[in-house]
Amino acid sequence: MSAQFRKPTEDPVWLKALLGTLAIGFIAVLLLLPLVLVFKEALAHGLGAFWAAMTEPDSLAAVRLSLTAAAIAVPLNTVFGIAAAWSIAKFDFRGKTFLVTLIDLPFSVSPVVSGLIYVLVFGAQGWFGPKLADHNIHILFALPGIVLATIFVTFPFVARELIPLMVDQGRDEEEAAATLGATGFQTFLRVTLPNIKWGLLYGVLLCNARALGEFGAVSVVSGHIRGVTNTMPLHVELLYNNYDYVGAFAVAALLAMLGLVTLALKSLLEWRYADELAAMHRH
Amino acid sequence: MSAIGLKFAPLRSRHVLPGFSLSMGFMLFYMTSLMLIPLLALVIRPAELGLDGFWSAISTPRVLASLRLSFGMALAAAAIDSVFGFIIAWVLVRYRFPGKALLDAVIDLPFALPTAVAGIALSTLYAPNGWIGSLLIDHGIKIAYTPWGVLVAMTFIGLPFTVRTVQPVLSELGLEIEEAAATLGATRIQTIARVVLPMLLPAILTGAAMAFARGAGEYGSIIFIAGNIPAVSEIAPLLIVTKLEQYDYAGASAIGVVMLAASFVMLLALNGLQSWAAKRR
Repeated sequence: MSAQFRKPTEDPVWLKALLGTLAIGFIAVLLLLPLVLVFKEALAHGLGAFWAAMTEPDSLAAVRLSLTAAAIAVPLNTVFGIAAAWSIAKFDFRGKTFLVTLIDLPFSVSPVVSGLIYVLVFGAQGWFGPKLADHNIHILFALPGIVLATIFVTFPFVARELIPLMVDQGRDEEEAAATLGATGFQTFLRVTLPNIKWGLLYGVLLCNARALGEFGAVSVVSGHIRGVTNTMPLHVELLYNNYDYVGAFAVAALLAMLGLVTLALKSLLEWRYADELAAMHRH
Repeated sequence: MSAIGLKFAPLRSRHVLPGFSLSMGFMLFYMTSLMLIPLLALVIRPAELGLDGFWSAISTPRVLASLRLSFGMALAAAAIDSVFGFIIAWVLVRYRFPGKALLDAVIDLPFALPTAVAGIALSTLYAPNGWIGSLLIDHGIKIAYTPWGVLVAMTFIGLPFTVRTVQPVLSELGLEIEEAAATLGATRIQTIARVVLPMLLPAILTGAAMAFARGAGEYGSIIFIAGNIPAVSEIAPLLIVTKLEQYDYAGASAIGVVMLAASFVMLLALNGLQSWAAKRR
């Protein structure tokens, strides 16, 4: 009987059909089609060509460089995120809101501007560039510049995940631990860390994905030296502009796989440990 | 009694827990050296041009056209993403259908897919011989290598922002108000348009502002599809790169400062929107 009557808060069938079609259609065309195309193009000339493009020395060098840059940038930003969240969530001081806003700044700055600022500091006409060149230290067009640009664009990921989470959790447990005689390090390791571990993993995961995939900022500081300062995304650009589509899409497919794994792990964390993540990720 | 007593208890001392100076010190050192000093370098660089020089650096037709393209198309993309963001959030929160969890996860694809990958995929897709481009070219519509390509890429990159800001607010919204509206004789469409939408407005605007900020600064996903014709389909971030390649540091910084100022304004606007949303709740 109730099946014949629609609840007043339920949409009529025609509206459901219309909105459902619009939503699924938009997602399929705008988001899924590009993803499908990447894998289709990568395998356009068969698995052999795909594998050959992947294992070509310059591609491998790009993979190595990307991994190296991420291996330096992600741990540093993780330590920063923990330090920022600890001081902001566990203590009171003036200017906290401003500080939190400032941490988010790299997210709203254009990636190209993020690279540009390091060129202005370390470039040939930059602040420290000429002095460093005298001592034969190269920041730009070398690994340090790539790492710096990567750090800047992935700055907020861990911090913005941990800050709301640790503010939510308050400081009672840590204070109890301190009262019972735990040292600061013990308190962090045995009380705080178990409480934030899934949130921390979530932040590190996103930070790592962006570090490996960053294009604009790294493109400005890298100098595009094939096999030397080309990260994976830059190598994709180079191959694509040289009309090596199979090669470009092969490296792109590897990056897309990485993105998909990140997405799967992220969704898993959101479903499985929703209560232990910052409130904004709870569904 | 004890509850009242607690209220008047002295505020706890600021440093019950250890590690304040260590964590705060590290945070400030890290932010200053890696973020604030380089940003300062950008802000004062155009000073060597002087005010007149700065103005003439950013008021050339090519620079103005690139700024207009970046910000104008970002606005259009944010508008499209807001409409579809609301529809997608509505479908994900209110409807039940198989595969919903998968659809939900797919929304974040533009976050997870590196921009260069998205760029070459969109470019290939919308090129005149691509899957979508070949369908459109029959109707005389060209997307790739025109300003419309910029719009497609910005729409792609901005969608998760609008969905993800509306979705949680919508799922917290109680059904009681909608029931009340229905009881008072409103049709379903009236209820959605006049009751639900106004309540979601702060979230929708927040999502739109985020999509706009991201689109205006976006580089990687756009340069492949845009064709990069000066004064036609050349975005402002690309012009910065071009000027850097010509060693025109001051000219590049002048555009960079304009973009940075826009980022600051957007950040302030977002903070304003968030406190407005918090007040309305």
